[in-house]
Amino acid sequence: MTLKNLYQKIWDDHVVHEEPGKPSVIYIDRHLIHEGTSPQAFAGLKSEGRKVRRPDLTFAVMDHSVPTKDRLLPIVDQDAKLQFEALARNCAETNVRLFDMNSQNQGIVHIIGPELGITQPGQTIVCGDSHTSTHGAFGTLAFGIGTSEVEHVLATQCLVQGKSKTMHIVVNGKRPKGVTAKDIILAIIGKIGIGGGTGCVVEYGGEAIRALSMDGRMTVCNMTIEGGARAGMVAPDDTTFAYMEGRPFVPRGKDFQNAVERWRLLKTDDGATFDMTIELRAGEIGPQVTWGTNPGMVTSVTGRVPDPHDFKDPNDQKATESALKYMGLKSGTPIVDIPVDRVFIGSCTNSRLDDLRAAAQLVAGKHVAKTIKQALIVPGSRGIKAQAEKEGLDKVFTQAGFEWRDAGCSMCIGMNADVLPPHERSASTSNRNFEGRQGRDSRTHLVSPVMAAAAAIAGHFVDVREFDVAHVE
Amino acid sequence: MQPFITHAGLVMPLDKVNVDTDQMVPKQFLKALTREGFGRILFYDWRYLAGEKPNPDFVLNFPRYKGASVLLARTNFGCGSSREHAPWGVKDYGFRVIIAPSYADIFYNNCFKNGILPAILEEDEVDELFQRTEKEQGYSLSVDLPNQTISDQHGLIYTFEIAPSRKEVLLKGLDDIGQTLQHAAAIDDYEKAHASTATMYQAVDVKYYSNGH
Repeated sequence: MTLKNLYQKIWDDHVVHEEPGKPSVIYIDRHLIHEGTSPQAFAGLKSEGRKVRRPDLTFAVMDHSVPTKDRLLPIVDQDAKLQFEALARNCAETNVRLFDMNSQNQGIVHIIGPELGITQPGQTIVCGDSHTSTHGAFGTLAFGIGTSEVEHVLATQCLVQGKSKTMHIVVNGKRPKGVTAKDIILAIIGKIGIGGGTGCVVEYGGEAIRALSMDGRMTVCNMTIEGGARAGMVAPDDTTFAYMEGRPFVPRGKDFQNAVERWRLLKTDDGATFDMTIELRAGEIGPQVTWGTNPGMVTSVTGRVPDPHDFKDPNDQKATESALKYMGLKSGTPIVDIPVDRVFIGSCTNSRLDDLRAAAQLVAGKHVAKTIKQALIVPGSRGIKAQAEKEGLDKVFTQAGFEWRDAGCSMCIGMNADVLPPHERSASTSNRNFEGRQGRDSRTHLVSPVMAAAAAIAGHFVDVREFDVAHVE
Repeated sequence: MQPFITHAGLVMPLDKVNVDTDQMVPKQFLKALTREGFGRILFYDWRYLAGEKPNPDFVLNFPRYKGASVLLARTNFGCGSSREHAPWGVKDYGFRVIIAPSYADIFYNNCFKNGILPAILEEDEVDELFQRTEKEQGYSLSVDLPNQTISDQHGLIYTFEIAPSRKEVLLKGLDDIGQTLQHAAAIDDYEKAHASTATMYQAVDVKYYSNGH
């Protein structure tokens, strides 16, 4: 018997057509779409007189530009309004299910897929969004595609793909208190670099990954793309099955038991190999804070802003110099001395219940520092928002001086009104600190939800392990 | 799609590693409904000062690079967001070829959907091209896809690697949806064979979605 890793198993199960020396035609089980990257795909389909092959396997949601304040007010942004209308029209014409902005199930596309049970182990899932890697947390081969490929999948329910290399990232040992899934993935990206995973599909393993909740595993897989790999995955286990049972689109009763039997086979065979293996020790990872303009420019909260000459490669020196200039930071500044203007807890990386619960626990009974101009909590979905409100988290946050908002991509990408102003500095639980990402000339520091919450209270970065540590899990 | 066979043109150097697609086409331009017009806003935040005044310090605005159609870049070009608006902008501006030591996967893939050749050269070769471009005003390169070569007028010739299937797509300007639809029978067969485990469960307690589902 040929030994296979998880990626090879899912790949082999989805080959529709293959011939030597050519990329294969692979089947796509679930196609997720949103307003931002789909209008041109639907237009292309229409102009060629093609149909959506499997509207039943296609799910649409409005997330990128939706307002996070009152949804019943008219949409002010005319371009965004036209895009929402186009999505609604395209879905109605092609019979694709749409969670529009007033749906009780609306949320960020990568949040609602798993939340509603649309995402299931062993599937192939694509979406015109690079953070589709999130769904890999369920042992799913999931990756982002461009709009031309969105059109391709709408028309054929297939994609033409070459096989990727495989990378095994093993995180050994136990995660220390105050160190979260976000810190693990930022530490990984810091180690391999933002192009380190290019051409690869990553499988995560090791004790520290197994110990993560599904929310945590999704955070890790979500940011896999920031290390250059299009897809990251974790083999499904009892944690996965417990999360899934009873969710709306998941098989029920005996069918669920049968599905679990099949899903249990979705793991890398003992003795199967990978093209590359990277190992980390969870015990050596501290809370991470990015200091630069890509997610690989990261250090521990106990560290300092680096000097360009700390790097050997002249290209890295130049990049560091330019990043520090953009970020308005001086080399040698302790990370904990960096003041923060705004705090954003949200995005497809960190807006799930685990994230909100941990942040709420930390801020309960405290108040946002006077110097903080705004502290936003944006739940990833309306389902999460409703559950959080049932648990009273909204009150904890608002009493502490945070704003409690409706679900969407919000300040991660700043396509709606939630924009970080020029030269202001954020502690953000999102995934990208690129120049201009949260707003033109804005300065983003990526951190975990508890680190963001602690920065909101203190007004600057603090080591969450020393900050009321009793409350930090 | 417009086929790509050979191309000769002025080179513009973008001397920065890890250029992400947010820089090529910032978020505010992702609300478009068409694929057109992204050339004007390519590299928007670097290219324009307040009021869309051209930034004289950004290489794209240097008079000597006006009309460039070959973009010389550094490692991991096109990282980050999957937005195809980035290659739409690159193409619409007038670039037909990008030369870099490496690309991010999704961007690389998107180039082939738009008739752009993302050529890969060794780092020292790219260094040499940067030096020649800086030194010589009007420095141009000729790119020959069938022979996989990049050459200048001084006898420099580099060869680049490209997967044969990728090469064919560019040379013939193939419509890949049309190609895949030739396998329609195989797709039907796949769906039949997997029907028992691919059942889509109708949601039990989804609160609301439109279209009458």
